[in-house]
Amino acid sequence: MTQPTANCPNCGAKITFRWSGSVQTVCEFCRSILIRTDLDLQKVGQVADLPLNSSPIQIGAEGVFGKRAFSVIGRIIYEYDQGNWNEWHFVTNDGTSGWLSDAQLNYVVTFPASDQKLPRECKIGQQYTWGNQTYIVSTITKAHYCGVEGELPFQYWDKSDVVFIDLMSHSEKFATIDYSEDPPLLFLGESVEFNDLKLKNLRSFEGWS
Amino acid sequence: MSPMGPAPAGSPQVRSLNCPGCGASLTVRSFGNAVTIICESCHSVLDAQDPKLKILQQFHAATIEDRPLIPLGSRGSIRGVLYEAIGFQRRTIQVEGVSYSWHEYVLFNPVKGFRYLTEYDGHWNDISILRALPDLSAGGATLKYLGETYRHFQTADAATAFVLGEFPWQVRVGEITRVSDFISPPRVISSESSGKEVTWSIGEYLSCRDVWKAFKLQGDPPAPIGIYENQPSPMSSNVKSVWTMAGVFLILLLSLAVGVYWMESDEQVFEQMFEFNSSAGGEASFVTPVFQLKGRTSDVELTTNAGVDNDWIYLNYALINQDTGHAYDFGREVSYYHGYDSDGSWSEGKTSNSVTIPSVPPGNYYLRVEPESDSNRGLIRYVVTVKRDVPQASFFGIALLALLVPAGLITWRSLNFEHLRWAESDYGGMPGDGSLLGMVENIADSMKSSGDGE
Repeated sequence: MTQPTANCPNCGAKITFRWSGSVQTVCEFCRSILIRTDLDLQKVGQVADLPLNSSPIQIGAEGVFGKRAFSVIGRIIYEYDQGNWNEWHFVTNDGTSGWLSDAQLNYVVTFPASDQKLPRECKIGQQYTWGNQTYIVSTITKAHYCGVEGELPFQYWDKSDVVFIDLMSHSEKFATIDYSEDPPLLFLGESVEFNDLKLKNLRSFEGWS
Repeated sequence: MSPMGPAPAGSPQVRSLNCPGCGASLTVRSFGNAVTIICESCHSVLDAQDPKLKILQQFHAATIEDRPLIPLGSRGSIRGVLYEAIGFQRRTIQVEGVSYSWHEYVLFNPVKGFRYLTEYDGHWNDISILRALPDLSAGGATLKYLGETYRHFQTADAATAFVLGEFPWQVRVGEITRVSDFISPPRVISSESSGKEVTWSIGEYLSCRDVWKAFKLQGDPPAPIGIYENQPSPMSSNVKSVWTMAGVFLILLLSLAVGVYWMESDEQVFEQMFEFNSSAGGEASFVTPVFQLKGRTSDVELTTNAGVDNDWIYLNYALINQDTGHAYDFGREVSYYHGYDSDGSWSEGKTSNSVTIPSVPPGNYYLRVEPESDSNRGLIRYVVTVKRDVPQASFFGIALLALLVPAGLITWRSLNFEHLRWAESDYGGMPGDGSLLGMVENIADSMKSSGDGE
């Protein structure tokens, strides 16, 4: 994979993209939010202090989902009334972009799904079928974006309140509808066991070896 | 440290803070995962996500305070993963005006996440959140999860009565959730709903000794009281093994029986017809010609067929070894009566009688026979048949009984255990129609579950 490089328009630090598909990144030094244009990088904002968060995952962490190896290159943090959660952005070794969500150490891997008919709104318990799999609405969460880090596959820096609908199934298949865009985005994947991801390069925790 | 430069919020560290309510020091053990933290000194419920630890609720617990059996901060290994006890709550349900309470412990591992232990009257369960939804039956009486059927046991409104330590959700004293339990011992699947959302979890019965061992707790665990909803029946695995064993022995027994029938010669060694004139009077005894018992020591069956018709004949027999003079003495009566009365026809007795003499050594034998009957009955004809090495069905009957009695007893005890278990449910008794078939189904279910768990 080629690793395009550029300089931060704010502080001049070298910016290296780990994935050619990245649209947005954050300067590690001055925390400027940078958008990739045809020519150069454009500063669109500044990341405020991230909330207290103790996901064991970090940018640079590597793992395996099924037969595909992936590495974590960015994240979005959301806040809601029960705390916050992380959407870690990863790319697989075949160049696919996906998400590893860590909500209080419950882990879900999802990938963007191609165009499907999505409900404008729904109720808990409602069922939907995408790709021969039936999903049942389990939670409706009103959250707000509260921080980004690293590389993202889209521009994500000025969002406010976002509604997320999580759908579970009778297997470990999992779906999320993200209403931050119009039309909404569908992500399909599954709820995973931490050990099955065989993650390396994790954060360490004081008092836990 | 992250290879990407400074990590955004630093490496997670155990935070030491002070309670804004009383100033006591607080330890935040689950890093940024704590949503609510309850001060152990003043019982203020604090917002752990707020840097200033805003007080959300204060409750007075002086009279109803509970001490966790597993002290907060202690670590123990559950199914090979190290967890730290970080939170504790008491939850109470009301059933017919009586309140029942259980305790829940929040366990934390920084990468594996949260797990829970519950304790009720010395019964422990290891609980984790389900990642797949169970398949609830239309009536809600059963659910299926991973191919296993769980039966509804109880639904109740549980109120949080006491809290301590850290929780990964917004916990409040007084909060009420509706809890439904579905059991397939040793497992239980529970749904908890507050408002619209439902959380499903799965629990597995843990012995109190295992909890004590895992957390290296001092002293002895409180002894479990009664039978808990998903406590594995000590009998159900026995029921399975005893019936398996009975089955194996039954097959052995049957093949033995077949072998014996095939091997035993059932050899007739003597048969003769005699006449007894009851009118003659005087000494009627006589001896038969000598016959030979060959081969090994075996049983001897003597059959008397007598032409009795509303009549009886009694025969004093002696089987005498000609060589040693050893005699086997026995008497048999053959009687047959029949007639007709207001209830219809009737009959009593029969015209033949058999007796088995066990373990008769080979040799030359003869019979001494002394018939008796009412005098003046006239001539009674009878045939005496002697066979050796005759298969005995009664032996197999006894063996069968010896197999089935303990199996039946253990099954009965298992039914009794299930009966006690279900007496505590919403149904006050075992599910199903209470018929024997229903009970057998339950046993079959529990056997299946115990089999899966092995």
